[in-house]
Amino acid sequence: MIRLEKVTKTYGDNHTHALDHVSLNIQKGEFVFIVGDSGAGKSTLFKLLIKELQPSSGEIYVNGKRVTRLRRRKIPMLRRDIGVVFQDFRLLKDRNVYQNIAFAQRVISVPASKIRKNVAEVLTLTGISEKYRSYPDQLSGGEQQRVALARALVNKPKILLADEPTGNLDPGNSKIIMDILEEVNRRGTTVVVVTHNHEIVRHMNKRVINLKNGIVVNDIGEGGLRA
Amino acid sequence: MKVNSFFYCLGQGFAGIKRNKVFFLASVATIAACVFMVGLLMSVILNVNYVIKEAQDSVCITVFFEPEVTETDIADMNKRINEWEEVSRVEYTSPEEAWETFKEEYFKDNPELAEGFANDNPLATSASFTIYLTEISYQQKVVERLESMTGIRQVNKSEITASALSDFGKIAGGASLAIIIVLLAVSIFLISNTITTGITVRAEEIRVMKYVGATDFFVKSPFVFEGVIIGLIGAIIPLVVLFFVYRSAINYVVEQLQTFSSAFAMLPLKTVFVLLIPVSLILGAGIGLIGSSIATNKYIKV
Repeated sequence: MIRLEKVTKTYGDNHTHALDHVSLNIQKGEFVFIVGDSGAGKSTLFKLLIKELQPSSGEIYVNGKRVTRLRRRKIPMLRRDIGVVFQDFRLLKDRNVYQNIAFAQRVISVPASKIRKNVAEVLTLTGISEKYRSYPDQLSGGEQQRVALARALVNKPKILLADEPTGNLDPGNSKIIMDILEEVNRRGTTVVVVTHNHEIVRHMNKRVINLKNGIVVNDIGEGGLRA
Repeated sequence: MKVNSFFYCLGQGFAGIKRNKVFFLASVATIAACVFMVGLLMSVILNVNYVIKEAQDSVCITVFFEPEVTETDIADMNKRINEWEEVSRVEYTSPEEAWETFKEEYFKDNPELAEGFANDNPLATSASFTIYLTEISYQQKVVERLESMTGIRQVNKSEITASALSDFGKIAGGASLAIIIVLLAVSIFLISNTITTGITVRAEEIRVMKYVGATDFFVKSPFVFEGVIIGLIGAIIPLVVLFFVYRSAINYVVEQLQTFSSAFAMLPLKTVFVLLIPVSLILGAGIGLIGSSIATNKYIKV
């Protein structure tokens, strides 16, 4: 589902390596944590997968698409296969929960009747149906992240990328979010979570790719050492 | 673009205007000034051309012949002059016809005075050609050609100066064009700024749109709609103003100036506005489109 072949990304004139010859392979339906300290290259990897950045060298494949050679006008189609969730939620404050989620469908021209059905489905999945009229400011951090998750899922992506989804949450809300991610994965979506929350990583017992200074230092699968 | 998406983007365009009222008003005012100048210039040019055309139809050159010129020579000259591309038609007036016209004009009240000349036409050497031109500007050229012909005694040209009218048109046109270009540039710059402000205000929304896979076109459309709406409003306002200004001008010309001279004529309101409305709307929408495209291409990237 996701394949990186010797991907290098350098920044600036002094060619600082954010990623250095990274190769990895994530299968369809996997649940993977990407861990590492600040500056390890986690966010760069995230941006490369959605083609917000172009690698300096190497090849990236996502859902059968060669991302590195993808034409600009094809980028939206790539992103429709990938749901993204951020630490800071990125909800639109002038719209309520329903409108925030429906927005993701509206902007890819889904008919109104289907939007209603799909939004209702993800509201149920994320457990915030009763809050559909609330505005982001009226919600707790955990609830806001559930709305963000619902928005990422409403377009039925094949891959869900979550960048520090529990970074701003207490342990209770973090567990709710991780439970939802696990359920989403159980239903067939490939889930990639970037985090430095070791407690959650330990608790979930999933594959863990450890990045350090732009290099994969270890890749531990559910059943043992992988790379 | 699907119909529901079209209306969504259009709605977002109006929402953008609501969010950004001050910049909207500044942009509309500048476009309105620009379109007003274009409209005014067009009205002036159309009317100057109209007056020239009217004058052209009445302007003619009169040619008198040397006494020794025979009827055959005159017929030959008539044929040759008629072949010139600058000449639309030539009318021949015989000495008899000239005397008849003269008599009617000057001895109308005392016909008995003209009786004395019954057998001695005082205008026996006044046979003439009246030459009408295809364009008023050819007058000097044709006069020079006629004067160089043998058998021609005198060439009388029309005193109406076509060049004066043309010059007026050129000066008015040049000055207005300079103002229009400046206003056009300012309009595009202001619209572009208005849209850029809108893009900044909606940066988070644009970012989310990109992450969920909205196309470039879909992200940019509301801003382009916003620009075009601003442009169209900026065009409609001066059209309304010009309508009343032009109507008042026509009334003034009819009531005040036409008593002095029939040269003061103006095209009817409908004739001018049939041209002015589409030109103004296209201009307004065009300014909006260009201004918003500059801003969206510069600040919205997938």
